[in-house]
Amino acid sequence: MTSIPDRAAAPPAPRAPLFRGSGMGLLLVAPALAAIALLYALPLVRSVVFAFVAEEGGFTLDHLRTAFELYGRDVVFSILVALASLALIAISSIAIGGYLTLGATPWAVSALRWLYRWPLFIPFIVAGQTARTFLAKNGLMNGLLMESGLLDPLSAQSFLDWRGLVLTFAWKQIPFVTLLLAGAMASIDRSSVEAARNLGAGRFRCLIQILLPQVKGTLLVGLILSLVQIMSVLSVPMMVIAGNPTMMTAMMAHRVTYYGDYPVANALGLFSYLLTAVAAWLYLRMTLRDEASR
Amino acid sequence: MIRHILPAILIGAFAFVIFGPLANLAMWAFAEQWFFPNRLPTEWGFDFWARVFRPRAGAWTSLFQSVAIAVSTVALSIALAIPAGYALARLRLPARSLIMLLFLLPQAFPSLPIFVNIARMFYGMGLNGTILGVVLVHSLPGLVYAVWIATASFAAVDRAMEEAARNLGAGPLTTFRDVTLPQAFPGLVAASIFVFLDSIDEFTGTFFVGTPDVTTLPILMFNASMGGNYQVAAITALILLIPSVGFMLVIERFLKADVLSRIGR
Repeated sequence: MTSIPDRAAAPPAPRAPLFRGSGMGLLLVAPALAAIALLYALPLVRSVVFAFVAEEGGFTLDHLRTAFELYGRDVVFSILVALASLALIAISSIAIGGYLTLGATPWAVSALRWLYRWPLFIPFIVAGQTARTFLAKNGLMNGLLMESGLLDPLSAQSFLDWRGLVLTFAWKQIPFVTLLLAGAMASIDRSSVEAARNLGAGRFRCLIQILLPQVKGTLLVGLILSLVQIMSVLSVPMMVIAGNPTMMTAMMAHRVTYYGDYPVANALGLFSYLLTAVAAWLYLRMTLRDEASR
Repeated sequence: MIRHILPAILIGAFAFVIFGPLANLAMWAFAEQWFFPNRLPTEWGFDFWARVFRPRAGAWTSLFQSVAIAVSTVALSIALAIPAGYALARLRLPARSLIMLLFLLPQAFPSLPIFVNIARMFYGMGLNGTILGVVLVHSLPGLVYAVWIATASFAAVDRAMEEAARNLGAGPLTTFRDVTLPQAFPGLVAASIFVFLDSIDEFTGTFFVGTPDVTTLPILMFNASMGGNYQVAAITALILLIPSVGFMLVIERFLKADVLSRIGR
């Protein structure tokens, strides 16, 4: 590329990009940035600030104290439900992803591939409604279990408590994490797995000792995004659980709609930020340590 | 033969876990009478469908409001995301990764406190209970999807063709309109589908900003369910599933691998 075309006649045409300079770029991003600032940054700042501002002005920790006194049980409950859901999500998505990658029965692999994605397309609110009917004492689950003789009608119980929450969150999020995990597993070099298989390692051992360590990062990202969802969804706890204790989201909504008490709701919101921040920090520390040991 | 039995049992159990709750939903939609301790509805029929869809019933208003809000949300998000995505993919930007991160944050932290505080701000501006307020609140998650997918779509456009157009004398806007935009179009359609679905299914933001005047389908469903009207809730839920499942079946056609692989770069 040594010859330079004669540009005397043509307007001075710059090579791509179409527009030059960072001024143009900033101008084009500005409207979207302004929208995010107004719809996200400003409410975010307000949610943090108003958790600490007293009614008559000035800094206070009263709202945090009130939130913890009134809703401490709900905070603990939310953490436990989130941990149980994440454990169920992790185990199930490792199992499904592992079978999709290593499964030896082709028809079963393709059936599973077709089946597992469905809840991904179903909105949380619909998942909440299906759980509300399916897991109830007289729901289809108990009905079919009784019909098949697996369950004694007298010992039938409603699952619409913490178990219902865990099952609904897992039902909705497992496909998402599995999708990420199966994709990561499929892109791993097969030769190490085949070598291990030839040396007599079972498929379960290959999954745990060869595949899983290589997709750990993807799994953690999926779990953190699921945690954010679990801490954001309002419809599922409101529809699945009646009464106390319940998820922090439902309590924040309760505080706002019944009492108009924004400061305490914001203090509760702060707890949910902290929780996800801790998870993100654990993830970062883990990946940094992995990077360092390499 | 033996080695097919265990997978068959497991796949059967898995299918029950996936489709059992949905079957229960479908049964409620067509059940006219279903009281404890009957394990199946005692009367089936379309009675509640007629009730939901009779003229001047809430369902039609909700359906129109939901679709109008979703279409407006798509229009707003995409209009903001096209220039932003182009700049993020192609132009020199100071602190580009910081800007990308800013467009990711709304999905990285719990959103409920944000919606609560948006509702409080909107209350002061008279936007609570208005369609515009709900469109704005839906545009927050909408923008995240739209900007990230639009950036990836523009990054996947072949630069050589733009350069060729410019060298042949086309102006920057003509080149953008006739060369860049058509190539990024499938990705932008995929982004629109995501934004549309997210808006149609959105509950939390609408719950805080829209009520009691704006009743989208999810709010209608929620109210019916909390009022113990499981038939109406189930019918509304089935209506909500149509766009979700329908669009997801076609999305692979629009979201191509070359765009997918560029998301987040």
